[in-house]
Amino acid sequence: MGLIEKVEAAHMKDGRPVLRPGTTVEVAVRVIEGDKERQQRFRGEVISVRGSGMRATFTVRKVSEGVGVERTFPLHAPTIAEIKVVKHAKVRRAKLFYLRGRQGKAARLTESRGRGETSEQ
Amino acid sequence: MIGLIGRKVGMTQIYGDGGQALPVTVIEAGPCTVTEVRTPERNGYAAVQLGFGTNKETRFTKPVLGQFKTRNLPPARHLREFRVADVAGLEVGQSLTVSLFEKGKSVDVQGTTKGRGFAGVVKRHGFAAGHASHGPTAGKQPGSIGASAYPSRVTKGKRLPGRMGGAQLTVKNLKLVGVDAEQNVLLVLGAVPGPVNGLVLVETRKD
Repeated sequence: MGLIEKVEAAHMKDGRPVLRPGTTVEVAVRVIEGDKERQQRFRGEVISVRGSGMRATFTVRKVSEGVGVERTFPLHAPTIAEIKVVKHAKVRRAKLFYLRGRQGKAARLTESRGRGETSEQ
Repeated sequence: MIGLIGRKVGMTQIYGDGGQALPVTVIEAGPCTVTEVRTPERNGYAAVQLGFGTNKETRFTKPVLGQFKTRNLPPARHLREFRVADVAGLEVGQSLTVSLFEKGKSVDVQGTTKGRGFAGVVKRHGFAAGHASHGPTAGKQPGSIGASAYPSRVTKGKRLPGRMGGAQLTVKNLKLVGVDAEQNVLLVLGAVPGPVNGLVLVETRKD
């Protein structure tokens, strides 16, 4: 293990799931309003995972009231309280950007069975 | 001020107390051996010479190797001097580690910048580039470099294309965001001159 990886390992958050494109996740984001802190949940499908180690980010897409909304999170950001994996989908692409051009039924993903990917990284 | 010789390992990012991402450079610094102490009485100035790294004995010339032999030290690959205010408490053979540094304090980092070869004025001096097309003076040309018959020469210091990089550069006042004594690692906020694996000098500063 290189020195960079060792430095990153010390700062990485434990318990972050292995995310793959097509995974439906619910991300709990810490929001600080004044002196109060609450959690905002963002649920959608992972359409992109990029980077490695400390610098990995993932993009979650959801359709909210007919409008597509995407948020990119750094995987190890302290502002993320929790990443809950809801289900996995069968996908054949590393990046699911094609979902952007689709609506309704065409934008669905087929759920995958068997491959229970709940391991932690 | 006293410092350490180190190696630039690379960059990554960590998160600060407020949750913001901080770009950091990882530097493997020390342990350095004090190979020589310069005193005002004998040398006219106060400094320490530090050694860093190892190498095969055959890689050294006999005169250099002899310097280590007389001091009973293992030969060090890199030798650099650091000016100090006072040499008290520093003696030959002593080992210095990252414990010289403190998280939250600032340091100066000196390195040799990456060589850019023969570079044009846009890269080297930050000239504005011209239009990409439409005519013979498009692109990254320097433009006019002066008047004609008078003065009949190019003024001294005119910024022109030439060798860029590969020069010594000190970046001052970089904040230390981490000190790892176990792995001899310093985490410095921001970028540091030189390529990965390049030699850097990290110096403490009064703040």
